[in-house]
This record gives sequence, C-alpha cells and structure tokens, in this order.
Amino acid sequence: MKHDFEELLRVRGISLPPVSVATLQVNITRMCNQACRHCHVDASPARREMMSEAGIERCLEILARHEAIGTLDITGGAPELHPGFDGFVERATALGKHVMVRHNLTVQFDPHPQTGESKAYLPEFFARQRVEVVSSLPYYQQYFTDAQRGSGVFGKSIEALRRLNAVGYGEEGSGLLLNLVYNPVGPYLPAAQASLEADYKRELKTKFGVVFNSLYTITNMPINRFRLHLEKSGQLEAYMEKLTAAFNPAAAEGVMCRSLISVGYDGRIYDCDFNQMLDLQAQARDGRPLSIFDFDFEQVLARRIRFAAHCLGCTAGAGSSCGGATA
Amino acid sequence: MSSYYESEDLRKFGEIGKHAKGLADDFFKYYGNVTGTDGALTKREKALIALAVSHAQKCPYCIDAYTTQCLETGASPEQMMEAVHVAAVMQAGITLVHSVQMQNHLEKLVL
Repeated sequence: MKHDFEELLRVRGISLPPVSVATLQVNITRMCNQACRHCHVDASPARREMMSEAGIERCLEILARHEAIGTLDITGGAPELHPGFDGFVERATALGKHVMVRHNLTVQFDPHPQTGESKAYLPEFFARQRVEVVSSLPYYQQYFTDAQRGSGVFGKSIEALRRLNAVGYGEEGSGLLLNLVYNPVGPYLPAAQASLEADYKRELKTKFGVVFNSLYTITNMPINRFRLHLEKSGQLEAYMEKLTAAFNPAAAEGVMCRSLISVGYDGRIYDCDFNQMLDLQAQARDGRPLSIFDFDFEQVLARRIRFAAHCLGCTAGAGSSCGGATA
Repeated sequence: MSSYYESEDLRKFGEIGKHAKGLADDFFKYYGNVTGTDGALTKREKALIALAVSHAQKCPYCIDAYTTQCLETGASPEQMMEAVHVAAVMQAGITLVHSVQMQNHLEKLVL
C-alpha cells in the first residue's frame, strides 16, 4: 500500500505509544461563521452539530477528577458559537485548568449563523478568564489570507487582533497569551517556524500595530475539504509524495496524539482532531471504542494510537501539531 | 500528443544518474549543500536567487520547483516577483550594454 504510515514506522523501527494525557481537546461544534477552503472539519455556517450539556458536564468531571490533564483545548468550528461555551470556559478555569480557545478572530464581528447573536464581547471575556487564545492567520498579508479563508477575512482578522491587543493580549508582561497559526495556502510545507514568526512580528507590528506571542506553523492535512481540492486539481499524489519524502523521525517522536486526546461533539474519543474527522475512534486495548461517558484514564493511556496516511502530515519536515512544529 | 517539459517529468530529476551515477551523486550532493541549508545566505535568499535564474534560463521545471521552494521558505509573492524583475532587468541591461559595442563600431564606420 502506498503511503503506509505504520509500515514506515516499522521499517524505521519507530514506536509511538501515548506518553500522557496532558491535554483534553474538545471539539464542541462544527458550526463556524467561516467556510475555509482548507478546513479539515468541513466546518461552515450550515453545520449544526453541538456537544450536549451532558457532554460538557462529563468533560468537566473528567478534568476535575484527573490532575494530570492540565489543559483544556476548546475547538470547533468556531467554539464560541456553542451556547454552553462561556460556561464551559468559566468552569474549567475555576478548576485551575489552563484553557486554550481556537478562536478564528472574525467570529467577533459576524453574527451567530443561527441566532444572530453578537460575539463582540469575546476579547474582554477571554481576558477575564485568562484563556490562551490561538488564532489562525495564514499570512501577514491579505492575498494569501483571503484566498484561503474568504474575501475580507484578513481585514476583519487584523481588527479583531487589535481588539485583543487592546485588552492586553500579546502584550509583554500581561500574561495574556495570543498565539497565531500559520498554515500554507496550498500543497506545500510550512517555512521554518522561527524565521516566519520573526517576519510576522515585524510586518504585523510595523504595518498594523499588532503584537502577539508565538507563531505556530501547521501543515495542511490531506483529508476532507483540502483533500478534495487536491484531488480536483490533480495534486493529491504529488502532495502525498512530498509528505512521505519529508518524513522526519524527530518530528514523529513529538506527535501531539502521544500527549493529547480529542473529544467529538458526541463524546467519542479520538487520538486527534484529524482522526475525529475521519471517524477513526480511539480504541482500548480490547478493541472497545473509547468515549467520555465511560472514561477510564488508564485505558486511554494504554491505547494503541490509530495511524493512517494523513499522519504523514504531522511528521513531515519540522513536524506539525496544534502547538506548531514538533522538531 | 507528447511534448517537452511535462510537469510530471520534474519528479524524474533523480534519474539523471541512470548512466552516470557517480557524477549525478556528486552533483546532487553539491546541489543540496548549496541550496538546502542556511549559510552566508538564508535558504529563502537562495530560493529567490534560484527563482530569478529559473526565469532568466527559462526552465519550466525550475520555475515550478522554486516557486514552491520560495513559499516553503516563507518568501512573499512580492519578494518573488521582485526577484523575477531582477532577472528581467539584468537581461535588459545585458542587451543594452551591448549597444556600447554597436556605438564603438558605428563611430569606426562613420566618416
């Protein structure tokens, strides 16, 4: 089989068992105010999947019970569109957890797709809760950003970043972390994270007066909407070959699924958000599908991570994870 | 109908070693050392130079490869286009500077 990730690991003698469950990443909705061309979630304003109240309660119970899970990483869609988002953040923060929100910036300005509600209050809310804000900005210029995320997104994103800066995000000494995410606008690998971060800092500061803490570079995964684009444009095979050729054992060692689990809106547990979108549910050693509703920390830690061809995206070049490069 | 410069042929670059492996190995080692690492010039600067040369030499394979390489080293479209203008202006300058030769000869011919 071509692009067989498990075979690649076997040939290289690399074993990648879980090492911890330090982060609970929860995808609480697939609804989004945007419909980006590369989105692996296929999120859009038309999606209606939402985590139930019981699901959120269960996640909070798990966080409360397990000190080892120090971080809650809330994602979507645009997670702020979930009606229980604010309460989820407040209660996780009250538990002493480090809370990260995957915030797409434009949700501050776009009305809720279903209710029309405004989310303009988010910067002040985030600052009060001292959550870490992680936001996608595919480039420090309009051209690439709007090409990937939609016309007008760059301008709105800059305005949203200024509003976050105004409450202290990204300012040195404030303790309010604002991290940006770069991902390529096509089938190529990200530039080196440190040099690109320096470019972003210089350009955003001088041209727009915007500051932030760190830049995370992420590789586009060949799944869902992006995969469809690759297939339609005849670039899928070349992209898979590029990822395979760029396999980096050091990046493989640091893959995020070794220290994170991903929870779907329905409570199912996955090794990562990408596996979630491919419906590759995590399994206990006995083959039982893992879920938050019968959560057993030791079983989760002892699971065998499910790998497939898309994992080549996380191990190419300097590596890729929700926290950027891994090597 | 087949033609020259099929884009998929770029992937066959490694096959230049088919009948002269040692020489190809030498070339690829040199190539990697020059373009694949940060040195006195960064990888991005080298990619922009290579993009300019690709245009000056009119190599479609190289244009594809170094457009990608420029993006993978973080170059912006503006930097890439300026690099092509450097190649263009050099070619124009090289043509124009030869007019000195023309003028020299003109002066010789004219009474």
